[in-house]
Amino acid sequence: MTDPLLRVRDLKTYFVTEHGTGTARAVDGVSFELQPGETLGLVGESGCGKTVTSLSILRLIPEPPGHILPGSFIEFEGRNLLALAPRDLRAIRGNRIAMIFQEPMTSLNPVFTIGDQVAEAAIVHQGLSRKDARARAVEMLALVGIPEPDQRADDYPHQLSGGMRQRVMIAMALICHPQVLIADEPTTALDVTIQAQILELLDRLQRELGMAILLITHDLGIVAGAADRVVVMYAGQVVESAPVKELFARPAHPYTEGLMESVPRLDAQRSRLHAIPGSVPAATAWPAGCRFHPRCPHAWDKCRTEEPPLPAAGPGRTARCWLVAEPARRKGGA
Amino acid sequence: MSAPLLEVRDLVKHFPAQRGFFGMGRPKGVVRAVDGVSLNVLPGETLGLVGESGSGKSTLGRTILRLLEPTAGAVRFENQDVFALGADALRALRRRMQIVFQDPYGSLNPRMTVRQTLAEPLQIHRIASGAAAAARVLSLLEEVGLTADFADRYPHEMSGGQRQRVGIARALSVEPVFMLCDEPVSALDVSVQAQVLNLLADLQKKRRLAYLFIAHDLAVVKHIADRVAVMYLGKIVEEAPAAKLYERPRHPYTTSLLSAVPIPDPAAQKRRIVLAGDIPSPSNPPPGCPFHPRCPHPKKDARCGTEVPALREVAPGQRAACHFAEAPM
Amino acid sequence: MNPRAWLAVTLAIAAGLAAVALLRRRAAGRPAWRRFFRHPPAAIGIALLVSVTALALLAPLAAPYAPAAQLDIIGLQNQAPSLLHPMGTDLYSRDVWSRLVYGARISLAIGALAMAVAVTVGAVVGALAGYFRRSVDAVLMRLVDVGLAVPRMFILLMIVALWEGLSLPMLVLVIGLTGWFATSRLVRAEVLSLRERGFVESARALGASPARVIFRHVLPNAAAPIVISAALGIGNVILLESGLSFLGLGVAPPIPSWGNMIADGASELATAPWSTLFPGLAIGLVVMALNAVADALRDALDPSQETA
Repeated sequence: MTDPLLRVRDLKTYFVTEHGTGTARAVDGVSFELQPGETLGLVGESGCGKTVTSLSILRLIPEPPGHILPGSFIEFEGRNLLALAPRDLRAIRGNRIAMIFQEPMTSLNPVFTIGDQVAEAAIVHQGLSRKDARARAVEMLALVGIPEPDQRADDYPHQLSGGMRQRVMIAMALICHPQVLIADEPTTALDVTIQAQILELLDRLQRELGMAILLITHDLGIVAGAADRVVVMYAGQVVESAPVKELFARPAHPYTEGLMESVPRLDAQRSRLHAIPGSVPAATAWPAGCRFHPRCPHAWDKCRTEEPPLPAAGPGRTARCWLVAEPARRKGGA
Repeated sequence: MSAPLLEVRDLVKHFPAQRGFFGMGRPKGVVRAVDGVSLNVLPGETLGLVGESGSGKSTLGRTILRLLEPTAGAVRFENQDVFALGADALRALRRRMQIVFQDPYGSLNPRMTVRQTLAEPLQIHRIASGAAAAARVLSLLEEVGLTADFADRYPHEMSGGQRQRVGIARALSVEPVFMLCDEPVSALDVSVQAQVLNLLADLQKKRRLAYLFIAHDLAVVKHIADRVAVMYLGKIVEEAPAAKLYERPRHPYTTSLLSAVPIPDPAAQKRRIVLAGDIPSPSNPPPGCPFHPRCPHPKKDARCGTEVPALREVAPGQRAACHFAEAPM
Repeated sequence: MNPRAWLAVTLAIAAGLAAVALLRRRAAGRPAWRRFFRHPPAAIGIALLVSVTALALLAPLAAPYAPAAQLDIIGLQNQAPSLLHPMGTDLYSRDVWSRLVYGARISLAIGALAMAVAVTVGAVVGALAGYFRRSVDAVLMRLVDVGLAVPRMFILLMIVALWEGLSLPMLVLVIGLTGWFATSRLVRAEVLSLRERGFVESARALGASPARVIFRHVLPNAAAPIVISAALGIGNVILLESGLSFLGLGVAPPIPSWGNMIADGASELATAPWSTLFPGLAIGLVVMALNAVADALRDALDPSQETA
C-alpha cells in the first residue's frame, strides 16, 4: 500500500457571518486520502461543504470571513500545506496541484488570448521563455482536443464555446503536469453531449499523464463512471466513504441510500421518485447529534443526541451512522 | 381519441442578429431558434421536450404561450388561434395556459411577499378579493406542500425548492388546464428535485393538467413524460411514446444523447458514444440535416449534407427526421 | 434671541438625533441599513438634514423676528452677531437668523419639490423607454440626449428672464422639468436589465397589463438609482436656485431664500460678511449632508451586496 499523495486530516473551515448570527461551520472535521493515480469522487449536494473543502486544500479561502482552524492538517508530498509560507504555496499551486472550476466563462480572463493564459503557468513555474511556453501551450491545446491549436491559441475566450473553454481550462491546469488535479464540478455547466466529451478527455489524460484526480460533483452518475473511490459529504462532514462499486451496491449511510433512490435513472422504469423529506440545514445551525437525523427514516433517540463517529463499515469503508454499530435498528428490514 | 388541447403547426421563430448602425440598421443574419416545429398535446398528458443548448426548446415554449411573437406558423389552443387573439381574449387565455420557470431565484419578485405574489393573479383576473382571496392563498400553499407561515415570507427567506413551490402555486392560482414547465427542476438539488417532480405529478393527476415539460435531463423526463420529443437546432428530430423512445430510439442524435447520460451504477457502465465537435450555432445551421456534421451513423452519406430529412412516421406513434430511421444505429 | 427660539433650536436638534437613533435601531434588523450606517458621515448627514428640516418647520417659533421686518434701518444695519442677533443683521437691518430659518423653508421646499418633479418624469420616461424599447426608446432617448446637451443654467436663465412674473410654483416646475434627463438614463438602464428577470416575464405570463408590470414589478425594483439620484439632485437644485436667486432671477425679495440672501449680502462682503457667510454655510452643509446620505444609500441599496 503506497503512501497517499494527499492526506487531509480533520479539516475545519469556518466562516464568520456578517451579522454575527453565528459561525458557518462549512467544513467541520473532514478527513480523506488521495492515492497516486486514482480518482476520488467527493459527492454531496449544495451546502455540504465540498467546494469549500477543495478551496481549502489550496488555501483559496478568503481570510476574513473564512478561516481554516488550527488543528487541520493537509499533507502533500510530506509537507503540511497549511503551514507553508506563501511563496512555497505558490510554487505548488498550478504546478504540483492544479484546479479547474465549474464556470469556464468566468474563470478565463476575457482580455487575454487563450494561448497566453495557457502559457502563463509554464512561464511562472517552469521559467520557460515566451516562445517555448507558447509552443508548450499549443501542444497542450492539441492534447485536450482543440482543433487547429496553433490558430486557436490566438483566440479570445468569448470566441469559444462552453466545451472549448473547459478544455482550455484543463490545458491550463495540466501544462505543468501536476500530480493532483482538483476538478470542482467541471461539467455541471455543460450540455450532456459535451459533458461526455470532457469526461472522456479527463479519463484519457489521467491515463496518459498518470495524475490523481479529486472529482467534486453532485452527480452520482458521473461518479459511478469516473471514480475509483467515493467520499460522500453532508452538513460539513464525511458521512460515508467506500470503493465505488461497494458504495453503489451496498450504501451504508441512510443519506447515501436516500440520494441513490431519489435520482431519476435512465435505466429504471417510470415510477414515483423517492424523496428525502426536509431540506439541508443551514451551516450556522447544524442539528445536534447526527446531523442527518431530522431527515432519516431510521433515526432513534441516540441519533438525536449523540454525534456518531466515523467507524469502519467493512474493508476500506467507513460510515458515520449508529446503524453500523447497531444494524438491528434499521427500520423496515435491511 | 380526444381532440388535442394544443396544436402547433410549422412554428417558426427567428431572431434578427446583430443590428448595425446604432441599433437601427438592417439585421445581418438571423438566429433560427425555432425552425418549423409541429406537435400536439392531448388533455391530461405530459409531453416531454428534450434538447441541449441551441435546440430552441425554451424559445418554442415561450412562443407557444405568445410571450414572444412568432415569425410564422400557427398555434391552436382549445381550438382558438392563439396568435389572432386580441388583448382581452389573450388575457383570458392566460388563465388556461400557465408557465413554471427554471430559475426559482429570479422568478419571484424580491419585494413581494408570498401572499402578494399569489394574490396578484387573483386580482388581475378578478377571480377573488378580500377574504376569499386570502383563503385561496392559504389553500394554494397547502396544495404545494407549504405551511401557512410561508405566506408572509420574502423570497430571500426561502430555499430554492420552496421558491419553486411558490412559483408552481402562482401558476395554479388561475386554474389552468395546461402548464409549460420550463426546466423546473434543473436548478434544484437532487433531493429537492425529487420532491418537486413528485409534486408536479400529483398535481397533474388531481387537476387533470396537461404539461409540456422542457428539460435537458433525459432521466428526469423519463419519470414524468408520456411522450417525448427531441429537439436539435430548432427542429424536432424524433418524437415517440416515452417507453419506445428510451428503448429503441430511431434518430442517431437521440441515441447519442441517451448514451451520454451517466448512469449512477458502476456495474452498468456502457461504451459511450462521444460526439465530435461542438453544437453548431442556430445562426449558422449546417445545410441538409442539421445533425449531419456530428452524426455517428455508419450509413451517413452525401444525401445527409444536402437533403433535409422530413419528420415522418417510422412506426406507429413514432416519428423521426432521419434518412435512415428504419435502420437505426 | 428669545427663549422660544432657543426651544425651537433644541427641539430641532433633538429631532435630528432621535431620527438617527430610531434608524439605528431598525438597522439591527436589516442588512441594508447596517451597510448604510457603516459610513460615519451618513449618520451625521441624516441628523443634520432632519434638524434643518425640523427647524424650517418650526420657523415661526424659531425666528424671533419676521423675516421681512426691517427693524431699524438707521441704527441696526449690518450689525455684527450679538446676543440679540446671533447671526447679525443685513444691510436692510433684517435679522439674519430669522431670514435663514424662513429661507430654509423656501430653499428646501424648492429643492425637494423640484427634485420630485424631475425624478417622477425621469423615472416614467426611463421606464417606458427601457420597457418598450425599439421606436419608443429611440425617440425618448434622443430627446434625453438633447436635454443633456443643452446647459441647464442657460435654459433656466432664458426662461426666467423672459417670463414676466414667474411665481414660485412655476419656478419649481421649470427647475424640475429641466433636470430629469440623467435620472431617465439611469432608470432606463435598470429597467433594461430588470425586464429580463423571471418575475417580470412571469407577470406578463399571468396576463398583467404593461402598466401593472412597469409600476408594480419593474419600478419598485429599480428604486436604487431613483432614490440616489433624488438625494444628489436635491443638493443640485438648492445650488441652482441659489445661483438664480443670486442673479436676481429666482425667488423675489422680500421672501428670503438662501440664494437671495447671499445676493443681498454680496455688496457688503467687506464690511458685513456674516450676512453672506451664514446662508453660504447653510447651503454648503446641507448639500454635503445630502451627498453623504446619497453615498451611503448607494452602498446600502446595492443588490450585489445582498447575501442569500
